[in-house]
Amino acid sequence: MRAAVIVFPGSNCDTDCFNVLRDVMKTPVEFVWHKERALPKTDLVVLPGGFSYGDYLRTGAIARFSPAMEAVKKHAAEGRYVIGICNGFQILLEAALLPGAMLRNRSLSFICKPVWLRVEDTSSSFTSHCKKGEVLQIPIAHGEGNYYCDDAALKTLRDKSQIIFRYSSRDGRVTDEVNPNGSRDNIAGIVNEKRNVLGMMPHPERASEEILASVDGRRIWESLLGELK
Amino acid sequence: MLFKATINATLRKSVLDPQGQTVLHALESLGFKDAKNVRMGKFFEITLNAESKTKAETAAREMCDKLLINPVIEEYSFEISE
Repeated sequence: MRAAVIVFPGSNCDTDCFNVLRDVMKTPVEFVWHKERALPKTDLVVLPGGFSYGDYLRTGAIARFSPAMEAVKKHAAEGRYVIGICNGFQILLEAALLPGAMLRNRSLSFICKPVWLRVEDTSSSFTSHCKKGEVLQIPIAHGEGNYYCDDAALKTLRDKSQIIFRYSSRDGRVTDEVNPNGSRDNIAGIVNEKRNVLGMMPHPERASEEILASVDGRRIWESLLGELK
Repeated sequence: MLFKATINATLRKSVLDPQGQTVLHALESLGFKDAKNVRMGKFFEITLNAESKTKAETAAREMCDKLLINPVIEEYSFEISE
């Protein structure tokens, strides 16, 4: 597998993603500045977390017009893999590569803490090494992670098993008390219909090394590596 | 000719507005018992060059549809003045 991490002005998890892919997962990876119109030869594009363009206007709203995003759209249209983490998820929503939009957290607070996620689907290449119903501990860090979509879009997400992660309790119960930000249906991560584009608010790159609190984020990188070997 | 577009963006009625709710609670706690609902939004004032008012309207609409508004959660209205 080869990976490329897109760097926008204001990205701040780009180096963490790069480090995990190169040093932990032993995967060839390179940075791509957002002004680039073409991607290097790559299987996976990572849109990292951060505050692209200062979150001005709406989160991800301006980054989606970066030249590199045209190449990312083409990469996705060809069926290759894209993972958007946190601000990367917000950019994928604004670019309409995934359905829905983000609202302010219902508490209005920026929330930075470890949360539990239940794996809802293992047929995607991002979770093929997970067990259905498995609970992962991965941290969130965002002010606008309150996922919204209308009833029709939510029905499609459910019917087509596009909901990949839901916020849950440690023992896998999905309730409103464990929903950190007010997301509809406790949604923490979704894929597109073709199942090659994943957006998730939690940060797997912050839970991939023993020195950190959890290594559960590795399950996602391992799933991808398994698919792309 | 120079025109001024004043654009109001609000969250769709079906979308909860946590900021508006918080402001409403603050108003209530300050004794403004008549306040029943608060919806917050964004305001843009854009000076633009166009041949006619109609063309200025078209331009403003395109700006909203392409960048300023996310139709999944927001709706907008605007006025053009000289």
